[in-house]
Amino acid sequence: MTAAAQTMPAEGWTTADGRKIGPVLMEMKNITLRFGGVKAITDISFDIREGEIRAIIGPNGAGKSSMLNVISGFYVPQEGEVWFRGARRPPMKPYEVARQGIARTFQNIALFEGMSVLNNIMTGRLTMMNTNIAQQALWWGRAQREEDEHREKVEKIIDFLEIQHIRKTPVGRLPYGLKKRVELARALAAEPKLLLLDEPMAGMNVEEKEDMCRFILDVNDEFGTTIALIEHDMGVVMDLSDRVVVMDYGKKIGDGSPDDIRSNQAVIDAYLGVSHD
Amino acid sequence: MVSQTPTGELCSIPALLARNVQVHGAKAAYREKEFGIWQSWTWAQTAQEIRNMALGLMVLGINRGDHVAIIGRNRPALYWSMVAAQMCGAVPVPLYQDAVAEEMAYVLDHCGARFVIVGDQEQVDKVLEVQDRLPNIEHILYHDKRGMRKYDHSHLNWLHDVAEEGRAGHQRVEAELDARIAELTWDHTCVMLYTSGTTGKPKGVVLSNRNVIETARNSSEFDRLAAGDDILAYLPMAWVGDFIFSVGQAYWTGFCVNCPESAATMMTDLREIGPTYFFAPPRVFEGQLTSVMIRMEDAGRFKKKLFDHFMAVARRVGPDILDGKPVSGMDRLRYALGDLLVYGPLKNTLGFSRIRVGYTAGEAIGPEIFDFYRSLGINLKQLYGQTEATVFITQQPDGQVRSDTVGVPSPGVEVRIADNGEVLYRSPGTFVAYYKNPESTASTKDPEGWVATGDAGFFEEGTGHLRIIDRAKDVGKMADGSLFAPKYVENKLKFYPNILEAVVFGAGRDRCTAFINIDLTAVGNWAERNNIAYSSYQELAGHPKVLDTIQRHVEEVNASVAQDRMLSGCQIHRFLVLHKELDADDGEMTRTRKVRRNIVAEKFSDLIAGLYDGAKQVSTRTEVTYEDGRKGYISATLELRDAKVVPVAKSRKEAA
Repeated sequence: MTAAAQTMPAEGWTTADGRKIGPVLMEMKNITLRFGGVKAITDISFDIREGEIRAIIGPNGAGKSSMLNVISGFYVPQEGEVWFRGARRPPMKPYEVARQGIARTFQNIALFEGMSVLNNIMTGRLTMMNTNIAQQALWWGRAQREEDEHREKVEKIIDFLEIQHIRKTPVGRLPYGLKKRVELARALAAEPKLLLLDEPMAGMNVEEKEDMCRFILDVNDEFGTTIALIEHDMGVVMDLSDRVVVMDYGKKIGDGSPDDIRSNQAVIDAYLGVSHD
Repeated sequence: MVSQTPTGELCSIPALLARNVQVHGAKAAYREKEFGIWQSWTWAQTAQEIRNMALGLMVLGINRGDHVAIIGRNRPALYWSMVAAQMCGAVPVPLYQDAVAEEMAYVLDHCGARFVIVGDQEQVDKVLEVQDRLPNIEHILYHDKRGMRKYDHSHLNWLHDVAEEGRAGHQRVEAELDARIAELTWDHTCVMLYTSGTTGKPKGVVLSNRNVIETARNSSEFDRLAAGDDILAYLPMAWVGDFIFSVGQAYWTGFCVNCPESAATMMTDLREIGPTYFFAPPRVFEGQLTSVMIRMEDAGRFKKKLFDHFMAVARRVGPDILDGKPVSGMDRLRYALGDLLVYGPLKNTLGFSRIRVGYTAGEAIGPEIFDFYRSLGINLKQLYGQTEATVFITQQPDGQVRSDTVGVPSPGVEVRIADNGEVLYRSPGTFVAYYKNPESTASTKDPEGWVATGDAGFFEEGTGHLRIIDRAKDVGKMADGSLFAPKYVENKLKFYPNILEAVVFGAGRDRCTAFINIDLTAVGNWAERNNIAYSSYQELAGHPKVLDTIQRHVEEVNASVAQDRMLSGCQIHRFLVLHKELDADDGEMTRTRKVRRNIVAEKFSDLIAGLYDGAKQVSTRTEVTYEDGRKGYISATLELRDAKVVPVAKSRKEAA
């Protein structure tokens, strides 16, 4: 789909491989984020549509992770508005954002190393647990029923990501590639509308990358989850994503389909460098 | 109650299913671990599932005599689809699921399958890849929906949908289905299985209902298998053994077939199920023993001492207790204490707590490995069989178990030794024919029904047990005319945990040489404990210290081979450790992991030349095939070593 950013039908479209892209799910309007005197993000606007895979790329220090942190509510921008599901989102705590249906993985894996894979993924369902600590401590009646329901959902995800064999293994003993997959599983356990992936393939070998790509596509396909991801591997980005935002020094320098981005001079300059004489 | 005449009612798998619903209706027939829980189906539920599937196949227009290819890991739905196909008068043809698309194409083309039933997307992709060359394929049905949404579904169906359609349309096709079930006889084809083929293209072995059911009955009675037994179905569905154990015997006795969650969880699932009847090729037992030994090496000193002490007791008296031979009261007490402290917990860890009958076959098993399991009180036995015999040729009765024989002829089987030493048999399980291959059928099975196994062996005097030496065609002569039996030496080598595979050369030569594959688990663990750094299989395989260890093993084997006067010429003079594992994807092994000697010799001819011309080093480049079928190359420089041999010239003269 070369419809790109400029001329997109508001109700969405169907991609070449038959996936449905819906209306706008999240919109960032003129976001500016400052840390003291340092401007991390300058006046950036873009949207994320339902069902799409949206990549945010850019050289190191471009402000990509900051952008993801704005989406996840961890940073509150000084200027600009975040719109989610048709309403302006007031500044919120990250856990409130999570309750709204946004889950994420981290650039540096943030799992509980001593806990089993199963328990780590169960923590992903924390925002959906309705029993209080006393009920859970007694683990009787509703608390028990609730845990069973959550466990069932978690087992479906374990099956989906093919990690049955490490279900009971402490995360600390797993190799890097599998930890990344467990982190994805935990994010999925929250049944997010929007899934944020911060460098899901960083440090992986080719085979692990291929696996991860397949899982990301499958998640998008099977659960209809909207995905926003930051990634450095251009091959992966161009293959996976429907639309790409390019950032450089905190500014947006490109936005469009992978094909548009590939031929965008500003993007080429930012990546290859250009002499300032 | 059970009619056992050839013309009786129970002359097909669907008939046995109906009987099981009557007799064991509420008893578990299948279990499968999914979503972390063992799901189970009773015989009554199973019958319903299978019937719906059969109705669905009828709706899709399946004909009598159609071939239905079945590809996937062991899952109840795929077992059901085999029986559903039989109900429709069609012939199930299970295929090896790890075969690459090219290999599948040959079999799919040869059997002319109209229907292909597969487990998941991976298999669908493989079939689609070769489908344009296979005009016979009309419908592909898949069991696992995942990732399938975007596929063109004009010839693709979800198996569940097919069963639902069958249920909805039952009134249209039910009468026809019942007629087809009723017309199944003893002589109808039950299943067609492709032999892995150590040489040439795979051959389709046609097995009739008589072959399967009579063999299942005989073998079930031999080991008193009953409805209360449990097995774990984890071996390839395309292998005759899995068909006999998980379908033949399961439907005959009504016992429960348990399917693991995935290949990677097999060991956990084994422990959870604790089967009472278990089959595994020697490499599974070897793998388990290796992992136990590795873990004991890492255990604390007290535990290690305790383990060593009681294992010594077990080795001394365990097998005798199992065989019911007289053992002193004191030893019985020691053994009982050992059972409480060591053997019981160990068996539980291995998943062998409830095992009543265990079998191993396919390859020779190391005596130490065999005795280890038997000394723990696990009734592990050996059998000898092949696809053409519907598995069973000989097996070991309880109480007459040894590691170096394969037992006495199975019930109903006649065995004799041909003049050239080849083992021949004739039995109710003797296959009908090779599909579309009358020449091979004629050359394998003579008009009186005797089948040549291709293995050389002899009956031991006194005990009447059969001993297999080697493949008849592999048993050759060396340049000086002495006997060359590579398998015999290779097996001795493979009994060392550090050695995964060995290939010995020497036919027509003046001395023997060998290729060795290290076992990455065992050698890797040893490297870790000795602070030896390595970054790849290749590097570890070429490490001088590893070579030293392997050299010691080879020299020990030489000493042992030298003891056998007939085979003392087979000592290994030179050897090398290969830079890659022999693999079925590269054609070096069959899917059942048997080495294809000729292909290995051809592929690594430069290395063999090096072994015989005395070179100290050889550089080589080898083609490898990745799991997705792509090809690549690895280069390596291998060190060739000399091994000490025991002089035997004298003894041979004496013998002459």
